[in-house]
Amino acid sequence: MTTLSLGGGRTIPAKYVPVLVTACLFVAMFVAGGIRYDGFATGQIVLNVFIDNAFLLVVAVGMTFVILTGGIDLSVGSVVALSTMIAASLMSGPGWPPYVVVPLVLLVGSGLGLVMGYLIHAFDIQPFIVTLAGMFLARGLCYTIGTESIPITDPTFTAFAQTRIDLFGDLWISPSVVIAAVVVLAAAYVLHYTRLGRAVYATGGSEQSALLMGLPVGRTKVAVYTISGFCSALGGLVLSFYMLSGYGLHAVGMELDAIAAVVIGGTLLTGGSGFLFGTVLGVLVLGLIQTILSFEGTLSSWWTKIVIGLLLFAFILLQRLFSARTRP
Amino acid sequence: MRRLLWPILALALLLLVNLIFTPGFFSIQLREGHLYGSLIDILRFGAPLILVSLGMTLVIATGGIDLSVGSIVAIAGALACLLIDQEQGVLVAVVLALGLSMLLGAWNGFLVAAVGIQPIIATLILMVAGRGLAQLITGGQIITVNEPGYKLIGGGYLLTVPFGVLIVLAVLAITAFLTRRLALGVLIESVGGNAEASRLAGIRSRGIIIMVYAFAALCAGVAGLMISSNVSSADGNNAGLWIELDAILAVVIGGTSLAGGRFSLGGTVIGALIIQTLTTTIYSVGVPPETTLLFKALVVTAVCLIQSQAFRDKVFHRRGRPAPPRPVAEEKVRVST
Repeated sequence: MTTLSLGGGRTIPAKYVPVLVTACLFVAMFVAGGIRYDGFATGQIVLNVFIDNAFLLVVAVGMTFVILTGGIDLSVGSVVALSTMIAASLMSGPGWPPYVVVPLVLLVGSGLGLVMGYLIHAFDIQPFIVTLAGMFLARGLCYTIGTESIPITDPTFTAFAQTRIDLFGDLWISPSVVIAAVVVLAAAYVLHYTRLGRAVYATGGSEQSALLMGLPVGRTKVAVYTISGFCSALGGLVLSFYMLSGYGLHAVGMELDAIAAVVIGGTLLTGGSGFLFGTVLGVLVLGLIQTILSFEGTLSSWWTKIVIGLLLFAFILLQRLFSARTRP
Repeated sequence: MRRLLWPILALALLLLVNLIFTPGFFSIQLREGHLYGSLIDILRFGAPLILVSLGMTLVIATGGIDLSVGSIVAIAGALACLLIDQEQGVLVAVVLALGLSMLLGAWNGFLVAAVGIQPIIATLILMVAGRGLAQLITGGQIITVNEPGYKLIGGGYLLTVPFGVLIVLAVLAITAFLTRRLALGVLIESVGGNAEASRLAGIRSRGIIIMVYAFAALCAGVAGLMISSNVSSADGNNAGLWIELDAILAVVIGGTSLAGGRFSLGGTVIGALIIQTLTTTIYSVGVPPETTLLFKALVVTAVCLIQSQAFRDKVFHRRGRPAPPRPVAEEKVRVST
């Protein structure tokens, strides 16, 4: 196994290095923020990053599955928007109860993912272009439902959205964070302890070899896009808790944030290598950038994009270095 | 020519649909020395998309893809408007904006060819950061300029023809000459077919890839000038939003495979015109314009399915399945006896 030797003869397996770099970056950013601003280095700041980015975390988990197989899903942002739109319109118009709407939304998201996965697998079309079509379709459906923002007034829904779960001390989280945590844990279990997880890594490592080993490559590919669709729909629901509205322009460009989070988290874009924990760190880093910019106050929002672009560049370069090193 | 048959038919069909809903659709008039008419409008508003798609065609022909063109559209427009706003003169503004675009394109090409990053990801960096850059240039505001010389690029007329259409014709002619009359086109196709084999055959793949990305960015820069000049303002946030996706769609409809290799400039132009006509049609038929995206999704899916070998085998060749290989074996036996 390729290792990176540190001083003192101790070594770290190369596959953990990108995650460690991201973790160090997160800690460094947090410490720098704590030194620079008063009231920054508190536990609630970290929890707020979770609260504000719970939907991104859920979506990024689905994206991690897709990228691990070497694919890409551009439709996630639009599916998120479609989910908020379906949920809001069904609850405000015909007044459907949440326990009908929520499963329906999840079903629609998973169904979209399933169809895209099937097209990619059965007809051997590039994931990029199929999910691009899915992105157009979902956005188009949003605008067909309505072009205005629809507020969500359902009492159960708003009550759930405003719930605070108190932890020890003054710390609190929202139920969305719990949902995100459950998704992350479930996904980590699937990736590391089930056959599907093994097949995902194998397909991303080398599709040819996975096929020759007799792994169900086709089924795996369809499954990851379905999972991504499900996560996007769930992310959409979490976002609608956060926004309490459905709008066709929600989550524009979110697919890029999700991809950026996965890449910054150390998952190889060619597939086959990466960890869910890295994705969590990636989302945290993105969230912390926004927090720091809001603490800074004078810096404008477009710096977020520039910083994310630079980080993406740095991490992709890092990936290149490592994949070049592991190759003989 | 056969490869262009389907796109041309689709375009003709779309235009005919328009003729049914708007009887005077094909009429072109000369008013105040300008050409007017729906067809001219399609060409005029489609000009930026055609330009971006031309650049994209060459990038896709090398097996790459450029997601950053939309951001470059915004950056070029923003820089040009900023310089004009500071009284720098139109020519300086245009030259600097196009220069910056080419530089950004060369950066993309450098990442793809020299560093070896996947094209989707390499250009994703500039797609994300580029929007930020454009907003940084405009300071988050919409810069409006009032300069007749600049207005000419996107909104002006020369010899009764919209100036933008003339620019497209010029770029198309130059590109077609360079790629079809010189060896450049063959080199690009060979790099797209197999970059490593081309390098071993003595082709400077790296140089060609960098050049192609710079060209795509230059086209995007010109398109950015056109878009911002047409509305006499620069909007870092919304200028050229989603144009990269439309351009990729145009290239794919035009029959260039996303896998790289052979490309068709004519097909791309027709593809871009189809997309622009689709938008116009949706307005003239009276379907709510919000559903444009739905139609695009259907078109992308249909085109991709038709291009997919697996789909054609499954759907079209079910009846004409090739005869089982047994006769071949029999023949072999006969020969050996």
